Amino acid sequence: MKDIRNILEDRRKRSVKTAVILVSLLLAAAFISLYSGAAKIGLFEPLNTMSRQILYMRLFRIMLAVLVGGGLSVAGVILQGLLRNPLCEPYVLGISSGASVGAVLSIVLGAGGAFIGLGALPLWAFIGAAATFFAVYRTAEVSGRVPMQNLLLTGVIAGALLSSIVIFIVSFSQQDALHSIIWWLLGNLQIFDGGLLFFVAVMVVAGTAVAYIFSNELNAFALGEEEAAHIGVDTERMKMALFLTASMITGAAVSAAGMIGFVGLIVPHFMRMIVGPDHRILIPSSFLAGGIFLLVCDTAARTLMPPAEIPVGVITAVFGAPFFIHMLRKKSRL
Amino acid sequence: MGALDVKNVVSGYGGKAVVRDVSFTAAKGEFIGIIGPNGAGKSTLMRTISRVLRPDSGSISIGSRDIFSMPQKDFARSVAFVSSDPAVVFPFTALEVVMMGRFPYIKMFGSGSKEDIEAVERAVAATDCGAVISRPIDRLSAGERQRVLIAKALAQEPGLMLLDEPTSHLDISHQVQVLDILKGLSAGKITVIAVLHDLNLAAEYCDRLVLISGGAVRLAGTPAEVLDYRIIEEVYNTVVVVRENPVSGKPYVLLAPGSRKGGDRQGSGNK
Repeated sequence: MKDIRNILEDRRKRSVKTAVILVSLLLAAAFISLYSGAAKIGLFEPLNTMSRQILYMRLFRIMLAVLVGGGLSVAGVILQGLLRNPLCEPYVLGISSGASVGAVLSIVLGAGGAFIGLGALPLWAFIGAAATFFAVYRTAEVSGRVPMQNLLLTGVIAGALLSSIVIFIVSFSQQDALHSIIWWLLGNLQIFDGGLLFFVAVMVVAGTAVAYIFSNELNAFALGEEEAAHIGVDTERMKMALFLTASMITGAAVSAAGMIGFVGLIVPHFMRMIVGPDHRILIPSSFLAGGIFLLVCDTAARTLMPPAEIPVGVITAVFGAPFFIHMLRKKSRL
Repeated sequence: MGALDVKNVVSGYGGKAVVRDVSFTAAKGEFIGIIGPNGAGKSTLMRTISRVLRPDSGSISIGSRDIFSMPQKDFARSVAFVSSDPAVVFPFTALEVVMMGRFPYIKMFGSGSKEDIEAVERAVAATDCGAVISRPIDRLSAGERQRVLIAKALAQEPGLMLLDEPTSHLDISHQVQVLDILKGLSAGKITVIAVLHDLNLAAEYCDRLVLISGGAVRLAGTPAEVLDYRIIEEVYNTVVVVRENPVSGKPYVLLAPGSRKGGDRQGSGNK
């Protein structure tokens, strides 16, 4: 039977092609982003101290955008795959709300602390995210098993509860703290902190690698949890490992960049339409596409209304929401 | 000692036993039909044999190994399960679904060796679904999907295949097609155990039938032994006539419409 071998060979060629296209797009977007901005820097202009500094800051921000966008997309792929619901996004388990409580408390109380290169705000945000994950996971557990429905419901409820705590704190905040809080909640990539960038890079790259290693397991979950067990997946351990991975990526991304919406929802969706649902291709291509998407949005955020900056979360929503509705309508027509 | 030994199994949900005491043995290459009325515990029994449920007591073993002491992947290489109609949420192609059956053989990072591809090719050929392998599984007809799911189970190269109502959504031609495939597997020394609702198809294809009623085995034996009209009337609470299929010599069950058994016995017209 020649057919099967041909199909597999075609697919391998197609995924190589997809990878080449995405990497090229990413490099092109990074290059354009590097030379766009309020301060005009010509491509062939000799660099002085000032322009070198600006390029350095832009490069920093490009790397953060790619890591956060790629990370949120991979987290979205994992959660959509495990929960078998293409409408899930990285914030569905309440992780981001937990991070917000940590971040807002840190802003309001001026809580200090620093750890492995993390400043106070990202540190407290990440602690909030991690604490939320473990609380939600333990609460959803019933006699050694974590039913998906329980987890999803517990996550949604925890998210609502934590968000109301954020609103409560905001309602008592002073003017200047309020501005910081809102800016953080909208999401932005204006953080020039080497330690933080390193932390996000480690979490996102490690998390993406873990997700990639378990692509076959994620594929199996598409058949349903019992079906996955029937073909040999240790489902409870896999769920714990993958939910933890998605949450750590999300926690790191949110603690660095705030609540940037839509990336983790639409990129996995979009890439599934292009490369298909096989996670061995979907995970790396979603990482690249998520990086490109957020990088383009962030470049728009800082160049559309110079010298003012639009919060990048607003841009992703403005691009993302109509796109998402379009896809849903297209899908329901099929 | 058979290919599968089920001994005094008690199983159910939240301490409430649905399967109360089931024992039976399947020999290698045997095609066994599990029959019985709705709610008798057939699916619960299948979920227990496939390790989804742990029995409250009793034991299940393959060869001489207790199935609950086997590593997950070892078990998946020995036993494959085809459920009645799993929903595949993302548009995986039929080929991708069949390839998933190789999961217990594929190492981390692996995406299919020569052996994996050969096993998939054999599974696709045995189930005659070569024509639909590049189509998304959610676009296939019920008959095609069922064959793809059997191919996935075959790709696991199991010694025992369990099926929960494999023919329930199919028309007669596809029912016969699926059961012919299963018969072929059992001839190839794969033990097949299937929950079947259609007593006539069960009689026609199975080597032995296990009749489950109220969570226990009412009777196990050849179709001719089990499909005795007195037993069927008692278990299903319905008047039936049992005759012999003139072509195959197997028993077949006829219904007598409008004569559901009430309190007093009505004539059932059996010889």
